[in-house]
Amino acid sequence: MDDTTQLVRAASKCGLTMEEFDLAIEILGRPLTKVELGLFSAMWSEHCSYKSSKIHLGKFPTDGPQVIEGPGENAGVVDIGDGDAVVFKMESHNHPSFIEPYQGAATGVGGILRDIFTMGARPVASLNLLRFGSQDNARTKYLLDGVVSGIAGYGNCIGVPTIGGELSFNKSFNGNCLVNVFNLGVVKIEKIFLGKAEGVGNPVIYAGSATGRDGIHGATMASEEFSEATEAKRPTVQVGDPFTEKLLLEACLELFKTDYIVGIQDMGAAGMTSSSFEMAGRAGTGVEINLDKVPRREEGMTPYEIMLSESQERMLLVCRPGTEEAVKGIFTKWGLCSEVIGEVTGDGQVRLTENGKIVADVPALRLAQMAPHFSRLSLPPLNIEEVQTFTRVPAPENYCKTLQTLLASPNICSRQWVYRQYDHMVRTDTVVKPGSDASVIRIKSSGKGIAMSVDCNSRYCYIDPYMGGMQAVAEATRNVACSGAKPLAITDCLNFGSPENPEVMWRFINSIEGISKACLKLDTPVVSGNVSFYNQTGETPIYPTPAIGAVGLLADSSKAVTQFFATEGDIIILLGATFDEIGGSEYLSVIHGQERGGPPGVNLAKELALQKLMIALADERLVNSMHDISDGGVGVALAESAFSSENPGILGFDVSFTTELSPDRFLFSESQARAVASCRPDLAGKIIEMAKKNGTPARMVGEVTFKKVNIRVNSIDLVTTNIDELLQPWKEALGSYMSR
Amino acid sequence: MKFAVLVFPGSNCDHDCYHALKHVLGISVDFVWHGDRDLTRYDVVILPGGFSYGDYLRAGAIARFSDVMKGLDQHIRKGGYALGICNGFQILTEAGHLPGALIQNRSTKFICEDSYIKAQTGDSFVTSKCGVDDILKIPIAHKEGCFVADEDTLDQLDRENRVVFRYCDQEGNVSELANPNGSARNIAGIISESRRVAGMMPHPERVCEEELGGSHGLTIFQSVMEVFN
Repeated sequence: MDDTTQLVRAASKCGLTMEEFDLAIEILGRPLTKVELGLFSAMWSEHCSYKSSKIHLGKFPTDGPQVIEGPGENAGVVDIGDGDAVVFKMESHNHPSFIEPYQGAATGVGGILRDIFTMGARPVASLNLLRFGSQDNARTKYLLDGVVSGIAGYGNCIGVPTIGGELSFNKSFNGNCLVNVFNLGVVKIEKIFLGKAEGVGNPVIYAGSATGRDGIHGATMASEEFSEATEAKRPTVQVGDPFTEKLLLEACLELFKTDYIVGIQDMGAAGMTSSSFEMAGRAGTGVEINLDKVPRREEGMTPYEIMLSESQERMLLVCRPGTEEAVKGIFTKWGLCSEVIGEVTGDGQVRLTENGKIVADVPALRLAQMAPHFSRLSLPPLNIEEVQTFTRVPAPENYCKTLQTLLASPNICSRQWVYRQYDHMVRTDTVVKPGSDASVIRIKSSGKGIAMSVDCNSRYCYIDPYMGGMQAVAEATRNVACSGAKPLAITDCLNFGSPENPEVMWRFINSIEGISKACLKLDTPVVSGNVSFYNQTGETPIYPTPAIGAVGLLADSSKAVTQFFATEGDIIILLGATFDEIGGSEYLSVIHGQERGGPPGVNLAKELALQKLMIALADERLVNSMHDISDGGVGVALAESAFSSENPGILGFDVSFTTELSPDRFLFSESQARAVASCRPDLAGKIIEMAKKNGTPARMVGEVTFKKVNIRVNSIDLVTTNIDELLQPWKEALGSYMSR
Repeated sequence: MKFAVLVFPGSNCDHDCYHALKHVLGISVDFVWHGDRDLTRYDVVILPGGFSYGDYLRAGAIARFSDVMKGLDQHIRKGGYALGICNGFQILTEAGHLPGALIQNRSTKFICEDSYIKAQTGDSFVTSKCGVDDILKIPIAHKEGCFVADEDTLDQLDRENRVVFRYCDQEGNVSELANPNGSARNIAGIISESRRVAGMMPHPERVCEEELGGSHGLTIFQSVMEVFN
């Protein structure tokens, strides 16, 4: 076998196609070295280059007066006034977490934290969105346990609170779990740092952990579907060291107070390769790196291994000339190694040397920003009409039992088993803790509040990705508005199967259309995001999951509202209109075993009106609780409003509805743009009046009681019980599943 | 009256303690870096929560060898006060300033939630503003919070009135059901023989403002302040 044949074989093993291989040779005008082959395959992997998605991602609205940095940087930046900004992003760590759940999830948290503090911000809150296979799948429990422990192990140690998230189960995730981690940081606007290698002659500094052989080709692994050989990929999963990350975080934040730093980027997916190419690519410069200087933890590492290692807790910095020693001094204070490994050059090349010999010499911009982009084939799924219809279902014989079953079902029951393992209070800023629609932190210096929520209904997105994409934005922003905050912007994490499957591509494109439309109407631009393809095993893709993380602002954090009823005798108000929309619902799935039927329609004008109304109600301190109506409909939403973590089992509700719908369709419809609110009796009139002016249907439907629960529809008592009878099944379901 | 909050590289409740003391209670307080040895300027030393040196080995096992712990030895020998919270409590037991040890929770999971604790004595610098049997709602957040000691030590702690707090339920019942982590005799906090060094697993600094869900933590810091009034 000659050299070229060997290289072609190696290229295909690293995931490069024949066309890409030829293009690489064309760019260089000569054959590739083995190191260069590694660089191309990592930078042009789906994970790093977004080659199947980029042409579609351009549809997202990304501008607005509030946006300081949109997509393209390490994270998005949004203005919150007072000279402060929030920096946030969501990323996936799906593939590694399925292979090795603890370390996969832990290093996911580590990676997103670095994306935030690399911008100069201190990370102050994390969220996560998790998907696992059905509960009777043998691997589900192992994955859930490992992933939650991994997120807890990393986040708790570094001292960044994990304040909320979303978890659901569905058999489409049996072969691929989803672990999406979100982090938000706060920074002074004039102190934002960017990942740019500017200034020819400026030194390039490596800082943090030494480089080892872990995670080599992780980015490529995350760009392939799973097969039976996947277990063998365990060594491509990195190992996290949150203590070192904490040191790196504190050292970087100390460094940012100086004026030494010109640009900085963490070494995430594709390690030193992506950080050097992207930093040079953004600045239009080149960098020369002497690989002999790179700190290593193992002997005999080749340039290929050094460049493709995904060892964690490492940063690449460009600083002003003459400040090298001062920079290194700060890392030494925090017990970290740092080394000058090269300098910025003006010729646009990334040039790597070892023992004085050039081992790679590649144009930065071509690799970083000009990867080949595909317009992948997209075709409507053959079964789309079939999944959008459902067969008639009988009304429940016992509504109380039906409600109990829903409350104890995997996707609705209490998540306390999960968030109890996360330190959600450290930093003493968590004003609304996990368990409510959105979690809220305060900003001590300004008294403002930041609300955040991550959401997606994977089933809706499978059945109708356009509507599902819109719904994900509507629900995430509605959750934020339920806390009284005005939604400012979103980040996304688009999890799909193989882009080479035209049906997957169709769902991908349609969900992007839906997201874009909703973001435009709700004035929440997309400021950062991530795409994760190849979430499929064999021919079976996951349910499409375009996860949305919404962030909103409260002018005064003390005005934050939770979803929980507060006082006996308060009036309960139903906001929004209920339609005959049980398609795609939890009710159909859990009670009738049908994962089908067109999901509820999203009316963005009504959604916007409802959100504005809720923000005003909170601002004027008129409501004691507001809870979005989503999975399980108004029946479940009422019960959840009564499940306060402070005083569980104390408050109940007595409500009475009149409707033209059949009672089951009314109670379990998942119509959008609705919420359950409660208020002092003397304020109810004013709220109804405000809703009327705003154009949002609103009616008083009952009151908060002491323990008693009564739900009456069209004068018939359907549920009459004690709140404990609803609380216990809801509270215990997940914990007892995990301990079975 | 001057407080020090020790800063180990992996401390993460240092800022929270500092904030509660300085901005909520108006106390004079400094951060002291783990590489410093001099604590002579301080009346009370707070060892905050976190993961001192990563704590991959045993919580606090490395911290006891740090420079600042030599300063703490002197501070304690001279009759100064010290309060270890969570990781700080673990460090104080590792360093031998308090008896017993904190091992992994019986559930083997990290637990972050509100806990209810009952003051067992008013005769301590952390409970002087509490009545005996006062119930405080203060959160815990730890994976290694299960207090253990041999029976003789436990008897001695009881006999000498050195158990400061026990876990209880909302109504104040000290029972196995109300024990979040499996601690021997529901112990949540203890004090040294000299009654000047105390350790507790719950985090009072997290509940010093109503906005955060409670203010029972203030009682503990106000008790400490009382010593100097």
